[in-house]
Order: sequence, then C-alpha cells, then structure tokens
Amino acid sequence: MSLGLGIYSKQSRSLPADALRPPGALKEPDFLGACLRCGLCVRDCPYDTLGLATAGDDVNTGTPYFKAREVPCEMCDDIPCVVACPSGALDKSLINIDDARMGLAVLFDQENCLNFQGLRCDVCYRVCPAINQAITLEHRSNQRSGKHAMFIPTVNSDHCTGCGKCEHACVLEEAAIKIFPLSLVAGKADDHYRMGWEEKSQHGSSLVAPDQEHLYNLPSGQRYDYDKEGLIFEENSSGEAIQ
Amino acid sequence: MNSKAYPGQEAIIANGWWLANRWLISRRLSQVGVLGLFLIGPWFGWWFVEGNLSSSLILGILPLSDPYVFLQSLATGHWPETAAITGVLMVVSFYLIVGGRAYCAWVCPVNLVTDAAFWLRDRLGLGGASSLSRKTRYWLLGATLLIPVVSGQIIWELVNPVSMLHRGLIFGFGAAWVVLLAVFIFDLFVTRRGWCSHLCPMGAFYSLLGTHSVIRVRADNRIACNDCLDCYKVCPEQQIIRPVLKEADKGTGPVIDSANCTNCGRCIDVCAPNIFHMGLRFNNKVSVNTNRSDRSNHSSGVEVL
Repeated sequence: MSLGLGIYSKQSRSLPADALRPPGALKEPDFLGACLRCGLCVRDCPYDTLGLATAGDDVNTGTPYFKAREVPCEMCDDIPCVVACPSGALDKSLINIDDARMGLAVLFDQENCLNFQGLRCDVCYRVCPAINQAITLEHRSNQRSGKHAMFIPTVNSDHCTGCGKCEHACVLEEAAIKIFPLSLVAGKADDHYRMGWEEKSQHGSSLVAPDQEHLYNLPSGQRYDYDKEGLIFEENSSGEAIQ
Repeated sequence: MNSKAYPGQEAIIANGWWLANRWLISRRLSQVGVLGLFLIGPWFGWWFVEGNLSSSLILGILPLSDPYVFLQSLATGHWPETAAITGVLMVVSFYLIVGGRAYCAWVCPVNLVTDAAFWLRDRLGLGGASSLSRKTRYWLLGATLLIPVVSGQIIWELVNPVSMLHRGLIFGFGAAWVVLLAVFIFDLFVTRRGWCSHLCPMGAFYSLLGTHSVIRVRADNRIACNDCLDCYKVCPEQQIIRPVLKEADKGTGPVIDSANCTNCGRCIDVCAPNIFHMGLRFNNKVSVNTNRSDRSNHSSGVEVL
C-alpha cells in the first residue's frame, strides 16, 4: 500500500499545463511539500479566482490552482492569498505583485491570432496589467497587403507575471495566447554565453585591444564608425544625406 | 444471542434515557457543531472560521493547524511559517489536555461515517473476524511520514479520507466520495471498526500525541461490574477495557490510560452500575475502597469537554 502511495505521489506530481498556482507559490515539488491544503488562500481571494483541486482532478488533491481562461488572477496589490497562507507554500517574500511569476504568456498560435493577420485586435495587449511592458506591439510589414503594418503582440518575460488576463480575454474561440508553467516554456541560455555588445558596454570600450581596424569597401559617401555609430552616411554638398 | 436487544438497554432502565445517552449526544453535537462552524462561512457568509481542519483561522486572528499534516510537511523538508507553527502549538496543547484521540471521537467527520457503518453492521448482524492488526495504523503512520522524506511531497493528503471529507464539504467534493464509500464499505463488510481502530494513521498520530493526556475515563467503581459486556460491545477500542476492569489484582489502576481510548464516553453511557466516569489521569493507584472519594471528582472532569 505504501509503495502504491509512493508511485501515486510521483504520478500526481506533475501539474497540468493549464493549471496555474497562486502568486508566490514555491516551485511545484516544493509546493507539494509545503501546502497544507487548507484553502485559506481560496477564501481570501476576492475574485474567486482560486479553487482547491478535488479528488479526480488532474491537480494534486486539495491544492489551490486557477485556470486563466476561466478566471484570471487580478493581481491585487496587497496579495491577500499570499498573506493568508499559514505554511509558506505561498512565499511571503513576494511583496510586489509585479514580481509574481505564476507562468509565462506565449502567443503560440500565430496562424489564428488576428494581429498576425494584419488586423488590429490588440485585446491581449490592452488588458495586460503591465501594458507596453509584459506585452508590446512590435511593428512588422504586412507581406500580404504589401503596404500595411502588422502589430505583433510580443511577450517580454522580464515583466510577464502569468496572471492570465490575456488568455482570458483572447477573442478567439480557443485562445491563441496562453499562460504556461515557466518550467515548460522558459528557455535558459548556457551560463557561459556572453553577448559581445553587452560585455563591450559594460567594459566601456572594446574588449579586444587594440580594436581591430575594419576595412570596408563602402560606396562613396558612406563610412563606418566601429566604436560608436556604425554605418554613417556622409552629407553631400547640398546638405542632404545620400540614401 | 444476548437476551438484551442492544447494549445500554439496562442503563436506560437503571439511569434513564438521558444519562444513558448523554455522552453520545454531546459527542454528536460536538462533531456536527465543529462541522457547522466551518460550514456557516461558505453557506451563509458568516466567516467565524475560515479554512478547514488542516489549517484554519478563527475570527480572523487565531490560527489552528493540524499537527499531523504539519509533520508530513516537515518531513518533506519544508519549514513552515509562524502561523502554522502557532496553530500547531494551539492544537497540540488542547489535545494534550483533553486526550489525543478525543479528536477522533469529538471532531473528526469520518467518525460519523464509520459509526454509521458500525451501526449498520451491528443491525445486519454482520460478523466475521478480521485478522487485521490494530498496529497496522502505526505502520501506515510511519510510511506516511517516511515517504515524504524521499518524495519531497505530502502524500497522505492525496487520499486521507478525513481531510477529503472535511475539505469536500467545505470546498467541493469531486470524486472524494469514492474514498469515503470505500471506508464505509470496509467498515461495514470487512473489519469491525476497521478504519478508525485499525488503519487510520491520523488516529494513530493523535493516539501518540495523547499518550500522557490529562483527561481520562476512569473505572474507580470497577468492583461493581456485573460483567454485562455492554461497554465492551460499544467500545471502538475494545482491547483497552478489560485490563482496567478485571486486572486490579495484577496491579492495573482504575484509569483507562491507553493512548487509543478516544474519550468518547460511550462506556459511561451504557454502564448500568455506573462504573465509569470522566476524570483525570492522576491518582491511578490500585485501591479497592477509593471509589466513593474518587466519584466526587466526577463533575469537575465532565464539564471540561
């Protein structure tokens, strides 16, 4: 029986991709050891976002979770769910709700997203509590019409809390933007990777000394400043830049 | 077959219906009352108590936490916050006084299920001895505290019928009724008092917690025993009665100080000669003639619960 329990516990360890933990939740394995299944966070959630998993759900029995498409997290400033947690399964060191990382929004279905068709839906961008930070609109030329711009909703993981407002608001029958657990969608660059331009600005000058003289065969009227500006169009005699 | 229709019949004739049922009635009131306190919040919006038996907040101030789930959490390597620690200390000190397994008899919602199964089993005359050891629960308790050390998560709460029933009533059941039905059927057909007295690791934990608890059932008047066996029939932990009643000559004192006594008080109800009473664990000496003086303690112990 104990062995069975052990195996059962391993099975129920994984969280389904559409189930999100409350803000401040410890990482999933730690959370399952810390949560007392008391539901005090559920009680103090003013928007009835949170619920406790029941037996038969695909979430660990008795633990709190929410599904963004149904009711997203409203990101209360006082984070009552974290305050209510008696055990520390929701980490009290989370004081600013903007630092919460419940998941990460991913606009995964580019074939159905209306903005990707060149339309101005923008709903996910508009409802985002961190508008212009967590979701920005990146301009791209519309190849279909040949003359319009596309405004591509782009998630920035530095700011996305995973609250799920975008997934909840997506106008499509099935949302094209969804919140996924960070463990599933957040990539990680190797520790030894160095971005040349970052290193260079940190250092204040070129890291290769002396800086290599580049020889470019540039058209007349153009030169290259490899320290600062890059490609420079020199002004012609009439004072206009040669394009 | 016994000539009596049911245990306690003689007590009703001798002491009246109320005295022969007062502990049972008080206990039901306590069980339903505790449940009610948790339910009036979600049902009527009066939040006297928030949370559930695993952890709760009384009047928005006083935290209470179940020491068993707390221990499981500790076993995973998580160090809980002050609220949970305070809550556990509250609960532990309460049960150190009233008796660890008083939780089982007076608070636990599953007791209503298993008592119902026992009642039906008795009614249907279902017998059948089971070889299941009453020590099984301690093995289970050990397992539920060891597996978290390895797996890093609380596992008993995945299936614990106690928290499932209580949480289910307050927050929504899901498929938890399957577990409760299993417990009911197990108690009805497989083993007499199977769940609470043989398997439940939570009861096992509370029994260990109450090993030295203060309030106890006493049998100071044991010389008056007329061997009717009624107490034995109603007791969920039958094995604990005999030594106290019959082994005074072996030096066993009048206090039922087994950790597994749930302080349910049903033996007090059904005893026509009024051998038992609720009292304290102290003064557990073998003495034939102490019954008069000890019975004067009677009321002081009764009111505490």
